[in-house]
Amino acid sequence: MPAQRETLESVSSVLADVIKQQVLAVQDYTMLSVESIKNVFTPPFYWMDTLEQMDLIGVGSLPIIMLTGFFIGGVLVLQTAAQFERFGETALTGDAVALALVRELGPAITALLVAGRNASGIASEIGSMVVTEQLDAMRALGTDPVRKLMTPRVVAMVLTLPLLTVVSDFVGLVGGFLVAYFTLRLGAVQFWTRAIQALDFGDLVQGFAKPFIFAFIISTIACFMGLRVKGGTQGVGRATTSAVVISSVILLVVDTFVTKLLLWVFQK
Amino acid sequence: MTRAIPPAEARDQFTEPVPGEPVISFEDVHIGFEDREVLQGISFETWPGETKVLLGEGGSGKTLIMKMAAGLLRPDSGKVIVMGQDIGDMPENELLNFRRHIGFVFQEGALFDSMTVAENVSFRLDEEQADETETDKRVREALRFVEMESSLERYPGELSGGMRRRVSIARALVDRPPIIFYDSPTAGLDPVTCQTIMSLILRGRDLQGATSLLATQRVQDAFGLANFHFDKGSGHILRDKLNGRAVLGPGRTSDATRDANSGGTSPTNVLVLRDGKVYFQGAADELLSSTDAYLKEFLASAR
Repeated sequence: MPAQRETLESVSSVLADVIKQQVLAVQDYTMLSVESIKNVFTPPFYWMDTLEQMDLIGVGSLPIIMLTGFFIGGVLVLQTAAQFERFGETALTGDAVALALVRELGPAITALLVAGRNASGIASEIGSMVVTEQLDAMRALGTDPVRKLMTPRVVAMVLTLPLLTVVSDFVGLVGGFLVAYFTLRLGAVQFWTRAIQALDFGDLVQGFAKPFIFAFIISTIACFMGLRVKGGTQGVGRATTSAVVISSVILLVVDTFVTKLLLWVFQK
Repeated sequence: MTRAIPPAEARDQFTEPVPGEPVISFEDVHIGFEDREVLQGISFETWPGETKVLLGEGGSGKTLIMKMAAGLLRPDSGKVIVMGQDIGDMPENELLNFRRHIGFVFQEGALFDSMTVAENVSFRLDEEQADETETDKRVREALRFVEMESSLERYPGELSGGMRRRVSIARALVDRPPIIFYDSPTAGLDPVTCQTIMSLILRGRDLQGATSLLATQRVQDAFGLANFHFDKGSGHILRDKLNGRAVLGPGRTSDATRDANSGGTSPTNVLVLRDGKVYFQGAADELLSSTDAYLKEFLASAR
């Protein structure tokens, strides 16, 4: 009996430690995120670093966003057209593509792609700086690494992801239209009129509010993972993977709640 | 908008040593990680113009002392007082300001690998939005000092270990800080490069007169600093008249001690760490003449 009790106690102590570590990580993440926001309102500002990051995140992600957006629009038409054909309502294809893209697929898929491309880049770059003491060197030179490295990345991501989403939505609609034109023989006027008329103010708010939230999640998690790297190059690898996986999972979870909230707000 | 670089003395409370007080003072400092207490009650003082060489085996806590003195780590208990300010309790934003008055040479150089050599050296001046012409002049001057002026536009990845260390010294000296920390500047380098690095540190010390801490495992680094000085007149490194005698105390300025003790060089003292404690403190020749078994063994193994 005492042996069993000891085992139980050691298991519960390990479990308690694990939970404490997770709670501590959430606390550290929250404090870091708040600090990165506060830095936006107090000098010094790193505008050039922010612009450089906007170029890396925004312009750098543009090709994959456009390519994937185009084919997602196309495949949406292929998947929905078969259902609409059964009722002879192929004209509704424009409505379906527009609503699906603008409300949900555009923001979510763009965010996932940007997370895959940029969260890994941010976490590995900052993580490498941590393990090679470059971050300590920065602090030793009197510069705050959170202000210099994290805030420009967060601001750049928050400013560029909504723009990338707009591009993705538009290219997706173009892809959808082309597939609809060649497979369903749907005219341009019919497709675009229906697509535009299907969207109301609530849909647009839903489609363009989400990227701001997603961008904040991706960039803060990526920076947090990079800044807490331990264990040399292996640690950098782990941080990079964690940054992509955790930011992708959290943004999809948050997406569900934000969608529910916005649907309730706009009475849909 | 740019502005002229203010002289280091004109910036704030961290620039002037408090008269009669040490520049760096550790009072019963403890620090540990997880279950291990690495430093157990470290106490020492470093006086204006003094170079304190921290000797000890790998893992003895030399780097921790340097990082605590620079405010990069906080002690678990005890006091770390630099320029009369307790930096152990100082908030991070004040520490950032404090660190603008120190130079830190990291073990592997810690150069920013996405920046050129020139950008690395000018980093602090750029952060202070200093005048571009003045920055350029200072950067070239610092790189000329470490004989790296021809590598302005190269990236750290293109440099050898010794060259990176030299650029790191230039980065630490560019703003002429009153305090400089050298964390194992010769670690992992070949003997010839080690000598080059040490002669640069020696020249920097005697030209700028900064107070410094230098961590190393090589005792010859300590004896080199203690026994030689840079002669401004001839431009050569010369052996001192009196070997390695340098004991400082309250009320003694570096100049007075320099004249009295070492015939031209800045005073150099040695501190040996063992098992997280200060095992020996004193002048280099006292260390050399010590009859203590551990010190003898340490000197023999660390040569």
